[in-house]
Amino acid sequence: MPIWYGWLNRSAEGAPKLELPPGEKECVESTQYMRTSHVDLLNNWKETVVRDGKRTYVSSTGKEYTMSLTNTCITQCHSNKAKFCDRCHDYMNVQPWCWDCHNFPKEAGK
Amino acid sequence: MADDKLKPEEILNVSYEPADRDWLTPTAVFRKGTYSYSAPLKHQKYLDLPNQREWNPADADWKLPENWKEIILEGMGRLLKRHRSFKLYLDICVRCGACADKCHYFLGSGDPKNMPVLRAELLRSVYRRYFTVAGKIFGRLAGARDLTEDVLKEWFYYFFQCSECRRCSIYCPYGIDTCEITMMARELLNLVGCNIQWVVEPASNCFRTGNHLGIPPHAFKQTFEFALDELKDLTGISIDAPINRKGAEILFVAPSADYFASPHWHTFLGYLMLFHEIGLDYTWSTYASEGGNFGLFHSSELAKRLNNKIYAEARRLGVKWILGGECGHMWRTIHQYMDTFNGPADFLEEPVSPITGTKFDNARSTKMVHITEFTADLIKHDKLKLDPARNDRWKVTFHDSCNPARAIGLFAEPRYILQNVCNHFFDMPENTIKEKTFCCGSGAGLGADENMEMRLRGGFPRAHAVKYVKEKHGVNMVSCLCAIDKASLPPLFEYWVPGVEVCGVHELVGNALVMKGETRTADLRGEPLAQAEEPTA
Amino acid sequence: MNRMWIALIAVLALIIIPWVGVGAAGLTLLFGVGIPYIACLIFFVGFIYRIVSWAQSPVPFHIPTICGQQKSLPWIKANNRESPHSYWGLFARMALEVLFFRSLLRNDRAELKQRQRLIYSSNRFLWAGGLLFHWSLIIVLFRHLRFFTEPVLPGIAFVQNLDALFHVGLPALYITDVAIIVGLSYLFLRRVIYPQMRLISLPSDYFVLLLIIAVVLSGVLMRHFFKIDAEKAKELALSIASFRPVIPTAIGLPFYIHLFLVSILAAYLPFSKLMHAPGVFFSPTRNLKNDSRARRHINPWSYPVKVHTYEEYEDEFREAMKEAGLPVEKE
Repeated sequence: MPIWYGWLNRSAEGAPKLELPPGEKECVESTQYMRTSHVDLLNNWKETVVRDGKRTYVSSTGKEYTMSLTNTCITQCHSNKAKFCDRCHDYMNVQPWCWDCHNFPKEAGK
Repeated sequence: MADDKLKPEEILNVSYEPADRDWLTPTAVFRKGTYSYSAPLKHQKYLDLPNQREWNPADADWKLPENWKEIILEGMGRLLKRHRSFKLYLDICVRCGACADKCHYFLGSGDPKNMPVLRAELLRSVYRRYFTVAGKIFGRLAGARDLTEDVLKEWFYYFFQCSECRRCSIYCPYGIDTCEITMMARELLNLVGCNIQWVVEPASNCFRTGNHLGIPPHAFKQTFEFALDELKDLTGISIDAPINRKGAEILFVAPSADYFASPHWHTFLGYLMLFHEIGLDYTWSTYASEGGNFGLFHSSELAKRLNNKIYAEARRLGVKWILGGECGHMWRTIHQYMDTFNGPADFLEEPVSPITGTKFDNARSTKMVHITEFTADLIKHDKLKLDPARNDRWKVTFHDSCNPARAIGLFAEPRYILQNVCNHFFDMPENTIKEKTFCCGSGAGLGADENMEMRLRGGFPRAHAVKYVKEKHGVNMVSCLCAIDKASLPPLFEYWVPGVEVCGVHELVGNALVMKGETRTADLRGEPLAQAEEPTA
Repeated sequence: MNRMWIALIAVLALIIIPWVGVGAAGLTLLFGVGIPYIACLIFFVGFIYRIVSWAQSPVPFHIPTICGQQKSLPWIKANNRESPHSYWGLFARMALEVLFFRSLLRNDRAELKQRQRLIYSSNRFLWAGGLLFHWSLIIVLFRHLRFFTEPVLPGIAFVQNLDALFHVGLPALYITDVAIIVGLSYLFLRRVIYPQMRLISLPSDYFVLLLIIAVVLSGVLMRHFFKIDAEKAKELALSIASFRPVIPTAIGLPFYIHLFLVSILAAYLPFSKLMHAPGVFFSPTRNLKNDSRARRHINPWSYPVKVHTYEEYEDEFREAMKEAGLPVEKE
């Protein structure tokens, strides 16, 4: 029975613990929004940058950010792909195709 | 015919698109021509049936026992425990509607309660009301309804408008078999004494005299004498037909209509000629003088009571195995029920053709072989001298009778024989033959004359397919393997497609058979032989 | 038509319940843990009960409906799939029926045209619609295992990727999500459009279709439009599956609606026609070989019946038989 599979692997105790960036307390939007909708946000960024050439994002709290996966998200905060992105994506069995195009900067990834 | 007044275009003034109404309200109207008479008291008594009385379905008062409802519900509970088919088929229908336009009675009447799904719902609605939680709580919302006298009358009307042909079952994604539902409904109706004359009377006759027609042994002997005289005139050969002969190798059992009715008679002559020509060591029986089993249309108990005779007689006469004639529901009984009813037939031997040495492995337990299996084997081994040109006046098609088709899968054997005994054979369209064959409209005890309008309606799809090959190929003869077909198809064709006749497969075998020492100028119907030249094969 | 409206209202009511229960009253524990457990319990107990109750009724007679040439004479080609004579043939017949709806493929439509011509035309829409729905359902259910396994079962990723082959939208639209909606819509619409179907459809027929449509739509909507915290949903799913339920935190209202509808469906299933799924395996017209003359089928409740013996028969007709020259047992 597949539903016992999780139990046997004793992994039901909780979701993966994400390693948060040291120092930074706040993401571009609320944690709750980022948890449910970061896909939409990044997709939105991509289309705004590529189609409209705009690079500035104004968050719901009025703060301004540069719309860039590599330069903003990764370089400034989430420098550890394995411990931030992958843990959760693996857990949910999703294979985002971000990295089909984007480079994960080597220095950030280490 | 009571309905000569109804013209085909009037009969066919039907629509397959029913009005959107609530079918839960019982609607049966006992209109002349669409229902069968009730069983006569005399025969109810002879078979010890419950609630014996004279009654009439068209009357308001059916003279049911006071506690009829309890009897039915108790009976339903018992049947649910005894038949997985019943329980399962009441439970799992999804009402997908695939069966709706597969029933010949629906196609001929447009009455939505003749759609197999709705026919079953007539019973299912009562099952839900008394045997399921949802039905008890939600009632009509859950498609459940109380068992009332009107519901019982509706059952009687529609479950005697199902010929148990099982065509719908092959289209159902779960194999739901309306025949099973109808059998159970009839079992329930029997419990309160509601059955029809055309079922109970033949069954009672068969119980007493050994055959449905009630022919006593001396009259049986007489008809054989007529037949042998006729054959002497037709062929110049003196043929012997042993009756009740102990020590014969094979017991031959045919439906009683074969030796009493027309056009069955010619098939009967065909059997006698064939058995004589190959020198078969066999016997007929007066006690087991019926292969058919109208008990099957009544209850499994009565079917077993009637079927008992065949093995009992085989044992008494000390034969090795049994050969069976051309009959439809007889072969459903023999193929799917007899061994279970009255077996094991361990006193018989596994059937082997004495002429060809072929072992009929498919009948090794029941020990009864279908005559077309037997004859096809003879032809394949070149044991018969046949002149198919003698059947040249016929352009022949083959009507697969429901039961040999959908109970046995007897498709190739009769066609092989036909293709060897006649030169002009044409099959009807694919979706009207073999497993998709249409009923004659008169099966399962519905062949009574008073039911003629329903018979004509139910037989319409079959007749229509015959009309198609008549127009396309000039077909003028429908051969078949069923005594009820042979009785019911002639009036059906006379109505829908005049100019087409009906015969058994072994009538055409008899015509084509070149016998040693024969002098033949006429076929089995007394018509001049098409030609009298040297046989071609 | 009333029957359809009743079912529609029932399904709408079922959507409102978690909406109020979670959205307004905040009963996440009840809707996230309590009801799913109760539903699962009813599902498993009910399912087994139904199967056992079928199994308890015997199959007294050997009644397969045969759709192909029997195995008789050695030179006649037997059809082992439509008239099985071996277990392989039977297996093939059942497999074709269960996996590919063999019988529905036979379906045709009869129409009475003017001048009384009865015309049959091939009608495979029901077959196609049914196949589309059921196969999509299987794949969708399989994909859901990613919420119930950790590490995720191998094979699921492959199916997900294949299912999202067209890379439409982000997250990618699953082909089966579209297919199941198309299939269900057809199955629903035919019950509304065709007069025959309207007549035979019960409220429960509309109800299950609408309920499943609601389940699917709620699932699709929360994947693409009303986002939920999927990671927390998995956490809850795993905790329930491993019997160590956690108190669910904010997952999102659409999830609770989805879960509640699934719970209702699961609890209702054993008492509904949806039991056709296990039922088809029990069907004696399909799951028996065509060998009833070669092998004796036993009726476990067979009882002796009153018969008319040869002795009784001869007693009645002896004189006449003797006169006719027929042999008799007793002179």
